[in-house]
Amino acid sequence: MDERIRTILSEYGNLPVEVDKIRDDDDLYQAGMTSHASVNVMLALEDEFGIEFPEAMLAKGTFQSVAAIGNALGELIGA
Amino acid sequence: MRTGTALRVGVDVVVIQQVAESVDRFGDRYLERVYTEHELRSCTGSPASRNASLAARFAAKEATIKVLRPSGHQPDWRSVEVRRDAEGWCTMALTGHAAALADDAGIGELAVSLTHEGDVAAAVVVALCRAEDETIGRSGASPVLDTFGRED
Repeated sequence: MDERIRTILSEYGNLPVEVDKIRDDDDLYQAGMTSHASVNVMLALEDEFGIEFPEAMLAKGTFQSVAAIGNALGELIGA
Repeated sequence: MRTGTALRVGVDVVVIQQVAESVDRFGDRYLERVYTEHELRSCTGSPASRNASLAARFAAKEATIKVLRPSGHQPDWRSVEVRRDAEGWCTMALTGHAAALADDAGIGELAVSLTHEGDVAAAVVVALCRAEDETIGRSGASPVLDTFGRED
């Protein structure tokens, strides 16, 4: 799952650093991801995993790190 | 009980091309997830003009969220709406969780200014809210940190 998340971050996160250099727990916003880019990441994740993020998960923390995204997807896919 | 008022300010800037790319890649899903019907009706004209207006509205939403200072659950983008009157002046309208956050902070008024020029759009939002000392008393936040807006 992490590789699929990283591929999406690479394409939609508008990160100024290479995604490969970001650790699972690194803060993506501190790394340069904007709020607007996080919307694209969310929509791309929905397409990739066939899920929809509910309003209750639209917290900055949901998309704050690769690990946090993985946890959120785990909740949605497992639901 | 309100014993005084304070100011909060939020600002944000959005690269218009990034909005254009979102519209191209995700179409209505992007538009309907982020913007209200009123906002979409307000953003008309050529694709370039429309994207600039959308970008300014996204900046206004993010600037408003900075003013609201949510911890954890973030308001739905559509619950923070830019209302445009017939003469082009804009105000912010909050619903749902955004309105609850404003109420919790004692925010009585929000003022917004939008702009776009060249490649970027920006917005500034100013709010009158309950005095800092009461907010600090409830949140335990540092008076110094609470004086400044978040940087991101």
